[in-house]
Amino acid sequence: MPLRRIKLIAWLPLALALGGCNFVVLDPTGDIAAQQRDLLLVSTLLMLLIILPVMGLTIFFAWKYRASNTAAPYDPEWSHSTQMELIIWSAPLLIIICLGALTWMGTHLLDPYRPLDRLSAEEPVPDGVTPLDVEVVALDWKWLFIYPEQGIATVNDLAAPVGRPLRFRITASSVMNAFYVPTLAGMIYAMPSMRTELHAVANSPVDSRGFSSNYSGAGFSQMYFRFRALPEADFQNWVAEAKASDAPLTRAAYLDLERPSENVPVRRYSTVDATLFDAILNLCVEPGKMCMSDMMAIDAKGGLGLESVGNVLPLTYDKHARRGTVFGGAPSYVVGICTPEELSTALTLSAGAPAGARSAEPVRGAGLPFRTLTLPTSASPLVPISLPASGALAGPRRPSNS
Amino acid sequence: MNESPIIEPSFLLGRFTLEAIPYHEPILVVTFIVVALGGLAVLGALTYFRLWGYLWREWFTSVDHKKIGIMYMVLGIIMLLRGFADAIMMRAQQALAFGGSEGYLPSHHYDQIFTAHGVIMIFFVAMPMVTGLMNFVVPLQIGARDVSFPFLNNFSFWMTVSGAVLVMSSLFVGEFAKTGWLAYPPLSGIGYSPYVGVDYYIWALQIAGVGTLLSGVNLICTIVKMRAPGMTMMKMPIFTWTALCTNVLIVAAFPVLTAVLALLAADRYLGFNFFTNDFGGNPMMYVNLIWIWGHPEVYILILPAFGIFSEVTSTFAGKRLFGYTSMVYATVVITILSYLVWLHHFFTMGSGASVNSFFGITTMIISIPTGAKMFNWLFTMYRGRIRFELPMMYTIAFMLTFVIGGMTGVLLAVPPADFVLHNSLFLVAHFHNVIIGGVLFGLFAGIAFWWPKAFGFTLDPFWGKLSFWFWVTGFYFAFMPLYVLGLMGVTRRLRVFDDPSLHIWFIIAAFGAFLIACGIACFLIQIAVSIARRERLRDTTGDPWNARTLEWATSSPPPAYNFAFTPVVHDLDAWWDMKQRGYSRPLAGFKPIHMPRNSGTGPILAGLSFVLGFALIWYIWWLAALAFVALIVTVIAHTFNYNRDFDIPAAEVTRAEEARTALLAQTARVTA
Repeated sequence: MPLRRIKLIAWLPLALALGGCNFVVLDPTGDIAAQQRDLLLVSTLLMLLIILPVMGLTIFFAWKYRASNTAAPYDPEWSHSTQMELIIWSAPLLIIICLGALTWMGTHLLDPYRPLDRLSAEEPVPDGVTPLDVEVVALDWKWLFIYPEQGIATVNDLAAPVGRPLRFRITASSVMNAFYVPTLAGMIYAMPSMRTELHAVANSPVDSRGFSSNYSGAGFSQMYFRFRALPEADFQNWVAEAKASDAPLTRAAYLDLERPSENVPVRRYSTVDATLFDAILNLCVEPGKMCMSDMMAIDAKGGLGLESVGNVLPLTYDKHARRGTVFGGAPSYVVGICTPEELSTALTLSAGAPAGARSAEPVRGAGLPFRTLTLPTSASPLVPISLPASGALAGPRRPSNS
Repeated sequence: MNESPIIEPSFLLGRFTLEAIPYHEPILVVTFIVVALGGLAVLGALTYFRLWGYLWREWFTSVDHKKIGIMYMVLGIIMLLRGFADAIMMRAQQALAFGGSEGYLPSHHYDQIFTAHGVIMIFFVAMPMVTGLMNFVVPLQIGARDVSFPFLNNFSFWMTVSGAVLVMSSLFVGEFAKTGWLAYPPLSGIGYSPYVGVDYYIWALQIAGVGTLLSGVNLICTIVKMRAPGMTMMKMPIFTWTALCTNVLIVAAFPVLTAVLALLAADRYLGFNFFTNDFGGNPMMYVNLIWIWGHPEVYILILPAFGIFSEVTSTFAGKRLFGYTSMVYATVVITILSYLVWLHHFFTMGSGASVNSFFGITTMIISIPTGAKMFNWLFTMYRGRIRFELPMMYTIAFMLTFVIGGMTGVLLAVPPADFVLHNSLFLVAHFHNVIIGGVLFGLFAGIAFWWPKAFGFTLDPFWGKLSFWFWVTGFYFAFMPLYVLGLMGVTRRLRVFDDPSLHIWFIIAAFGAFLIACGIACFLIQIAVSIARRERLRDTTGDPWNARTLEWATSSPPPAYNFAFTPVVHDLDAWWDMKQRGYSRPLAGFKPIHMPRNSGTGPILAGLSFVLGFALIWYIWWLAALAFVALIVTVIAHTFNYNRDFDIPAAEVTRAEEARTALLAQTARVTA
């Protein structure tokens, strides 16, 4: 059959070029990605059980019952056979039952939110090993990685120690992206004001690449980063290198970094504002913005009535991107029920509150006084956000605002 | 213009300024010159040959479902050229942009191209062609004289044209969306897409959506109410069944699209916050809503293609369709299930494992009725006498190609596998595999199959087969490399690359796109050659394929009234049954036939809708208000038009039928 020959030709370059290719999806180094690959291959094989006979029969019937072959039986009225019907419905059904079972198990076992219980097929997670937290922020158009445990941050450079479970908490600053390191684990969306999670482990040293796999605008093509899995000692060196960079990632520095930029080189930050990730997540990095979590807590208690009018402006977060609306320029809102002095204090206030300085006062729930802006004293500088550490947060595990 | 300008709208022209005309982009200037010269040549020719009056009277204002169907096909083919031009530009960019090269398209232009490619191919190529075939074939297949609401049909068509023209005008006035074909917010919100691109997207789809929805209502009504006597639901031709299910899907799904785009428009125009990041807006809601429309949309396109393959297989195998009943149930099951799978488009958004598994498994379940259909075609071929005419060749190519696409589709429905392949070129290869290998091959099979019915002569087989081979090989060359690239972890919508090992695959894919270009060229040549040789290809019998359903019972092309007497149906494959029983045409006793009258209101309303859309896009509020008022006034004025129908006199029917009798007798003499 000419068609078959054509298809062989179509596959020829594949056979030739196979050697030079890096099929990272089929040959990952991380245990999670490897399990995902296995599921992919098993599903393919299962389906080939039915696909190949169908393709073969199509070609065979097309050839055998061609009009010129008058020797072949011709039965123009034959159009029903209960046995046949039974087979053609049950054969795909059986395959799908197997595949469905595989899917159910695989999806639950490989749920990106599920903490790891094994490092590899042979090796469970040893007792007492806690996952390494990495907070990931997709910016326009680069990636920010915050290591709360090490107190460092990097741009477009992700490193992980081999053999230690990793827990990524992922968000974005402006538009949707997807965080994807093919050699490590599958992707998950990075969405503004939402937090997604990914658990993975790097099983052997590798120098690879991760990127955004959801189109996010002009600089999307260059929105990739280096991913390295390093032996513990090398990882510590890598951390030390970042610590030596002597560039703190303050809120002001973040707001500068957040501006859209393309082809951004690797940057390292020696210290990070410990509340930064939660502030990014809750859209309140800028001084004077109310955190979404605060707003949600207030709303959960029934809101604040008239006073809540004052909340409107601090919630507007689209910043640099908010241009050219229908009546031109930014829409006007009630700025807030406060004096100009209070406002200018908030705006001029440095965001460089020392890392770790948090207000002990609980914001969510209890009493809910409207947090007005007050002049800071030298003893207690104003901290625009006061949330419990992200690890301690209760509430929904799924993409959430808190 | 590398960045979208930020403009304070003026009263008179809104956001429109001279900057909106992309005279500084050489590619667009050349395109514009070519389009303008081509357009002028066409307009000049129409004027020179004094065809305007003819076109207006006989085509543009026609309420004849056959002519409207043909106009839909013309629209689809024209837009295919635009959509394909976008495709080949993307392939060229991706093949060139290696080793530090930026390619030839800046992101500002490239991002518009892949968005426009998707939007045009789905909304203005696949949809019009599918609707066109249904429009042309369904009334003939059920023995009706027209659709239920002939004027509405004309109006629906022109609204689709209006949307298409709006998309096309974004090429030369302003820009198109740079968001991807589904315009996910927040990227498509006013904050991140402040200029006109997304507004073009919204209004083009809203206007065309009116047409699609109304045409869906119309065809459901037609199929439910206007079947010939004796044609019970289970005696309906399978294409009519698929058309019915498709239109049910249209009517149920398109309002969701309309609603979600209206919400996005409210965000962009009125400062609402449905899908913004702040103020409690939630972009995830948009993603859900658009796919609640988007997944049924896939089946809206593929079901009629399945219907075409069923008709073609049983006709060219000279055999009853195997398992008609299970085919019908499979179609209905697919229709229902298509609403239960939308979440598989975003497993990676972080739903729980149980939610993901549910939607993964429902998706797989769809492959059961689809697989049953595949077997039904297979066993229709079994013990048949298969004539490999062009439609049958496309059917075989479809069966071999579509199963690959189906397999990769089920693969992507396994959430953990989707986590590594989502948004990759593997996904792109998958849906092109089912849309080209399924929908497009189906449409080409349908065009070749029903062309003689529409025009009275068959299509030239040589150029058709050449086109077929170019399309099939081109498809494999263009998309198999994308599967490979997907497994290498390459994401879609990338503009530049720096990994040299990927290069060869993009070059192969670009070569495939070139082959497809040859396929399209051969298809157009086929049409031109066939028209030139129409006397030699003439079919006088009205049934050139020895086919089975009612549309082949009447002449080719059918008279305006389709059937002089409404046929009575006794069996599935009514025309085959009539032929078997030695049916003889009624030769006398013709009565006047009551028919709907043409109306110019459809094109006028669509023209006003275009003005309204254009004014809204550019913030020209006075013009928008004016166009809206004019729209309402025209609609009201149209309700006072009582001159809507006429009778074809019995003498004229007799004349037409006698001419056919003479023709048939002459054919019988020649063949005897």
